Amino acid sequence: MTLTITAQTISITSIEQLNELSGENVKLCMQCATCTGMCPMTAEMDLSPRTVMHLVQFGMLDRLGDSNTCWKCASCHACTVKCPRGIDIAKVMEALRQHVLRTNRNYIEPSALPAERIAELPQIALVAAFRKLTS
Amino acid sequence: MKISYYPGCTLKSKAANLEAAAVAALATLGIDVEEIDRWNCCGAVFSLTADDLIHQVGPVRNLVRAKEQGATQLVTLCSMCYNTLARANRIMRDDAVKRDTINRFMDEEIDYAGEVEVVHLLTFLEREVGWQKIREKVKVPLEGLRVAPYYGCTLQRPADVGIEPFGSFHLMTGLLEALGATVTPFAAADTCCGSYQVLNGEAGARSTAAVILDNAAASGAEALATSCPLCEYNLGKQQGRLLEAGQITTAVPTFYFTQLLAVALGVAPESCLFDLNSAASLDLLKTKNCLVAA
Repeated sequence: MTLTITAQTISITSIEQLNELSGENVKLCMQCATCTGMCPMTAEMDLSPRTVMHLVQFGMLDRLGDSNTCWKCASCHACTVKCPRGIDIAKVMEALRQHVLRTNRNYIEPSALPAERIAELPQIALVAAFRKLTS
Repeated sequence: MKISYYPGCTLKSKAANLEAAAVAALATLGIDVEEIDRWNCCGAVFSLTADDLIHQVGPVRNLVRAKEQGATQLVTLCSMCYNTLARANRIMRDDAVKRDTINRFMDEEIDYAGEVEVVHLLTFLEREVGWQKIREKVKVPLEGLRVAPYYGCTLQRPADVGIEPFGSFHLMTGLLEALGATVTPFAAADTCCGSYQVLNGEAGARSTAAVILDNAAASGAEALATSCPLCEYNLGKQQGRLLEAGQITTAVPTFYFTQLLAVALGVAPESCLFDLNSAASLDLLKTKNCLVAA
């Protein structure tokens, strides 16, 4: 994907907001794609973690709003432990989720879960999913 | 010896086998397990945003309970509880500003500054008991059982709370060898099982699980040892569905490491609650003569 840097494609405010939420500096990313190579969920993602990091560096949060990548992240930290620039990418993914969840939106709807699934799943699966994917 | 213990919610129901086997096994090693009073859910996942302190209150409250009860270390079994408690503990120990805010918010509690060490049972066993002592206490060696140690994510990542460095599996390897099992290393031992994504489009989590199980089988493993109820769900309880759907071809029954420890120490299988595993798990131990005679 080629990005053209214009006043419309770069949002300093969004970058600052994301850095503050995540506690990370997304500008450190050098686009090596080690994160994508480590990620166990890439087959489910529409944009690779590397592409997300690229868009994040431009503050393109609206474009990322259409992507499922941060929602398919399992917070397994495989990207984090291998990032050669020391970025905790799992925290960047969490910041992207929180950017949406803090507007009182849910990504999954707990009430839509069938009772037999709830009965079968371990408690930590339910608590973890609701923590990561609901507001 | 007595240890302070944090169980977590899943170990009181869906993963009661993880806890029951541990308590029975530790009793044979002369260790009493003392559950901390009035514990609450740890939150299952650590909150990753820098400004979110409210989700640290749950895990920190458990650490306060442990401190109140005079514990210097708090032992956990569930990988996710371990990770969440250990990471919250680091904030309280290392971040003066956040520590102060959380302590002031919880003004009904005693102040906490990371005094209690959060310890996973695997670390505890190596450090406080030792593989040699466990080897001496084994009554039913797991001879001929090829077990793959599976760590998943939260035992090792991130590095500052990992029970050992990413890519190293010596704790579970040491334990399984002491029990007489043949350890079968495999490449996917630290690949995520899909975790809570099982609630967000099950297909993705299932294909991740299939990759792990396929890799374990191809490495010659007959069984998988884990310490996480969510890994056990994705890799164990879902395994029948993966086999039916043809996503995997070879069954690799799953166990909690505490169950393998318990049976090797001569604990009766009924005390390890194998009915909460897939039927294939107990069948494998019977076939391999790894159970104490009734």
